[in-house]
Amino acid sequence: MIKGLFFILLFYFLGEMLSLLIGGFMPGSVLGMILLFLSLFFKLLKPEYVKDAATVITKNMAVFFVPAGVGLMAYYDILSKNLVAIVAAISISTILTIIAVALVQERFEKRRMKGEKTDE
Amino acid sequence: MNEWINNLRPILSSEVFLLMLCLGSFLLGVLIYKKTNISLLQPLLITMVIIIPFLKITGIEYKTFYENTRILNFMLGPSVVALGYVLYDQVGHLKGNLFSILTAVLVGGIVGIGTVVIVAELLGANHSLVASLAPKSVTTPIAMNLAEKHGGVSSLTAIFVVVCGMFGGLVGPIILRKIGVKSKIAKGLAMGSSAHALGTARAMEMGALEGAISGLAIGLMGIMTALLIPFAEKLLF
Repeated sequence: MIKGLFFILLFYFLGEMLSLLIGGFMPGSVLGMILLFLSLFFKLLKPEYVKDAATVITKNMAVFFVPAGVGLMAYYDILSKNLVAIVAAISISTILTIIAVALVQERFEKRRMKGEKTDE
Repeated sequence: MNEWINNLRPILSSEVFLLMLCLGSFLLGVLIYKKTNISLLQPLLITMVIIIPFLKITGIEYKTFYENTRILNFMLGPSVVALGYVLYDQVGHLKGNLFSILTAVLVGGIVGIGTVVIVAELLGANHSLVASLAPKSVTTPIAMNLAEKHGGVSSLTAIFVVVCGMFGGLVGPIILRKIGVKSKIAKGLAMGSSAHALGTARAMEMGALEGAISGLAIGLMGIMTALLIPFAEKLLF
């Protein structure tokens, strides 16, 4: 577990370094995720090392949003003044994003499956 | 009563108590969510409903709360990194789907940023609010970064990210069922690219593959959003 946490922090750190190098264009956490994935994929790191820690952390991600979520109370005034715009923008956009992404991916998969069938 | 609270405030605003309160409320949230099976009762929402009134009643400022529970916020970073393992674990399922996944997330990014900006502007939001809303679909560290770069308020963005994540996590499974999506990859991708880690938490409930793809989508949507926002700013802001 400690080993796993260490490696996750190590890759986070490497990601942050890389992020600095490219002028903050992409956040360190995402770069760290990509680096960890590549190291596992190219067998530079044994999956057993990070398995337990990674599983525990990713299974409980929602709890890490508590401090930010409680922040709602600090911005009550700005939020309530623009409530309609904020709620409408977020909900419409989120619904359309879900539909767009799911349909594009499924369309591709269906087309590929049809293609495989005609090949036979 | 007031004096009581005043005497207790140092211990009520201590790190140990606030962290215990966070985890305890969240556990209670999980319990209620599992027992009732009502998707509106998300653990995070229940936690907020407990903690916000608590802070109001005891007169503890949000700043104090935030500083003393910083470790939780910090863990957002490692949790994104840890998704690299989940992705590795499920990489076999990606075979032959790479092009479609990239296309789907790109379309999702354009739709997501485009609609949030247009709707907010039509309803009279000012530039800083629009810039704070634009990166709402990506995970907090990325979104805050992007908002600041383009004239938004990063702490407002942090809230929009949470609201968007809760909303997407809530309605996502329902919408996917309504439009009849069967593909596990499509489901995971839609959850992660619309509602980041909170969507992924719901996707994990659907299955390991959905969860892993959703984790991948967080990263991809982060990259796409970083690439698309400069264009959106020129065209729409």
